[in-house]
Amino acid sequence: MAKEIIQVKNLKVHYPIRSGFWNRITDYVRAVDDISITINEGETYGLIGESGSGKSTTGKAIVGVEPVTSGSILYKGVDITKAKNRRKLNYNKDVQMIFQDSMSSLNPRKRIEDIIAEPIRNFENLTTDQERERVQELLDIVGMPSDSIYKYPHEFSGGQRQRIGVARAVATNPRLIVADEPTSALDLSVQAQVLNFMKHIQQQYNIAYLFISHDLGVVKHMSENLAIMHRGRLVEIGSREDIYKHPMHIYTKRLLSAIPQVDVEHREEHKKHRQEVEQEFQNDQDKWYDKDGRVFPLQQVSGKHLVALPKDELNEEKINEKEGA
Amino acid sequence: MEKQSDLLLDIQHLHTAYRLNGKFYDAADDINLTLKRNEILSIVGESGCGKSTIASSIIGLYDHKNTKVTGDILYNELNLVGLNENLFNKIRGDKIGMIFQDPLASLNPLMRVGDQVAETLYYHTDMNEKERHNRVIELFNQVGMPKPEETFQMYPFELSGGLRQRVVIAMAIACKPEIIIADEPTTALDVTIQAQILDLLEDIQKQSQSGIILITHDLGVVAETADQVAVMYGGQIVEKADVKTVFEHPLHPYTRSLLNSMPQSEDEEEDLHVIQGTVPSLQDMPRNGDRFAARIPWIPASAHEENPVMHEVEPGHWVRCTCWKTFHFQDEVGGE
Repeated sequence: MAKEIIQVKNLKVHYPIRSGFWNRITDYVRAVDDISITINEGETYGLIGESGSGKSTTGKAIVGVEPVTSGSILYKGVDITKAKNRRKLNYNKDVQMIFQDSMSSLNPRKRIEDIIAEPIRNFENLTTDQERERVQELLDIVGMPSDSIYKYPHEFSGGQRQRIGVARAVATNPRLIVADEPTSALDLSVQAQVLNFMKHIQQQYNIAYLFISHDLGVVKHMSENLAIMHRGRLVEIGSREDIYKHPMHIYTKRLLSAIPQVDVEHREEHKKHRQEVEQEFQNDQDKWYDKDGRVFPLQQVSGKHLVALPKDELNEEKINEKEGA
Repeated sequence: MEKQSDLLLDIQHLHTAYRLNGKFYDAADDINLTLKRNEILSIVGESGCGKSTIASSIIGLYDHKNTKVTGDILYNELNLVGLNENLFNKIRGDKIGMIFQDPLASLNPLMRVGDQVAETLYYHTDMNEKERHNRVIELFNQVGMPKPEETFQMYPFELSGGLRQRVVIAMAIACKPEIIIADEPTTALDVTIQAQILDLLEDIQKQSQSGIILITHDLGVVAETADQVAVMYGGQIVEKADVKTVFEHPLHPYTRSLLNSMPQSEDEEEDLHVIQGTVPSLQDMPRNGDRFAARIPWIPASAHEENPVMHEVEPGHWVRCTCWKTFHFQDEVGGE
């Protein structure tokens, strides 16, 4: 059994809605509502959801840039939602982030050398020569030419910039990298490059990834375990096999059926299937969601497979169905 | 035999050049395409390959000072290239509808969405205000808008991304155009919404018998919706065929590499295929020889044509250059 690196327990991030004359808090936006996930060392954990599902907020909370309403995030057994604990553990060195938009996440007025060296300068005391050596080494890892340290971000293409982002994230030898849609802004062939580099680095340095994406194809390629988020809550957790072969929640099925398939031969059947699932989703809304439209708590179905099933006889039926399958 | 009237748009030898540092560079280089009635023609390629340039050339929305368009775009024997602006305004929005990528950027934030759709009708039809209102409600119903009466009074920011895109589609089809150009209509949307919008486009196409040009970089979207596909690289069309041929028997090295780099394979442990090098910028694009040759350096130069042209390999299947005959991926054994 692999050792866990991060345990998220009952994490909640709520934003207050203020209204009325006194501007009092009248309600909350439940951006992240009671989610629990465990990420193991050296694995890629996929977090999937549509826009507004709270997946990025979860990622930010794990990195420690988003204040948490309640719940805990355990790293080495210590709750790092408190800044004091983060400092004590050097947590900000061990957990890094890769952002979606490589243009806005790199300072346009800094040279690549300074961009990549910044995290090193924060955490290590290196001489100028040692530092330059380390930057060169990092550029080598992501396959960039060594003369790029004197260039500025705008001189690179999107894929190269994203690789610089990866190099910067790897600079402090982190244990976990939160990758928030790292390839959504990239073209197909460039995406392949970045994903390959991310995989190689993972194998080389045993880094865990929290891979946040809306692209189910990419997540399938990258991660062993994954969680699906909807309306701030988890809908289904499981291994790649559980989710892609035996999806149980209607939302997961809907999401899977909506991925465009490169199968021209069967596209009519695929379309029909998609519309059936969509119809089922529309009809059974109240069966799969409670009266406030929230997702039910997760229930264990098998081993690692957890599904947000309603609390009636339906779940037994579904479990039987799965065992039969 | 096809009837002549089935042909909606006939693009011949289209060159669109942009001025960069005082010189003109072809962003779309010798494009030959036809769009028939009842057909979804998909133009697919990576960013910067010139697919949106074709769209803006057709619809005449480009910077006239710094863009040079030559060739012919024939619509009902009317050449859209160099057409008088007054005449163009009559066609644009009426006969040719356009759907843009970002629905928030293509809607006026200060105008109620119903009025924005009605504006198209104001310019192109002689309906009175009441008729226009009714037509907009009808359109909103057609594009599957829940509560069309209420939506009419809303502003773009009050709508979700999917609903905004439906408004843009309603605007594009308001005057029952014969040609709809959709430039990355679903790129900004979630997959489930994307599926709905694509279904909607297909339904509209079937109802109105129009022709759609679907511009996208997503091969999945192409495989699901298109009838004809044109693959572009570096401003040129490199492969052109019906959708089944392109996905099942792709010939051009670029098409094959692109399909290979999709993260779809069953074997997840394997690395994804990477196309070596990068797309040269418009100024650095080689103007002689096969433009894709630099990305496949293991193929000997003798395999490429000196001046690659489109060859009809099978009826309806066009491929640029002859290098596909000897092309193999780098990790495959060369020579068949």
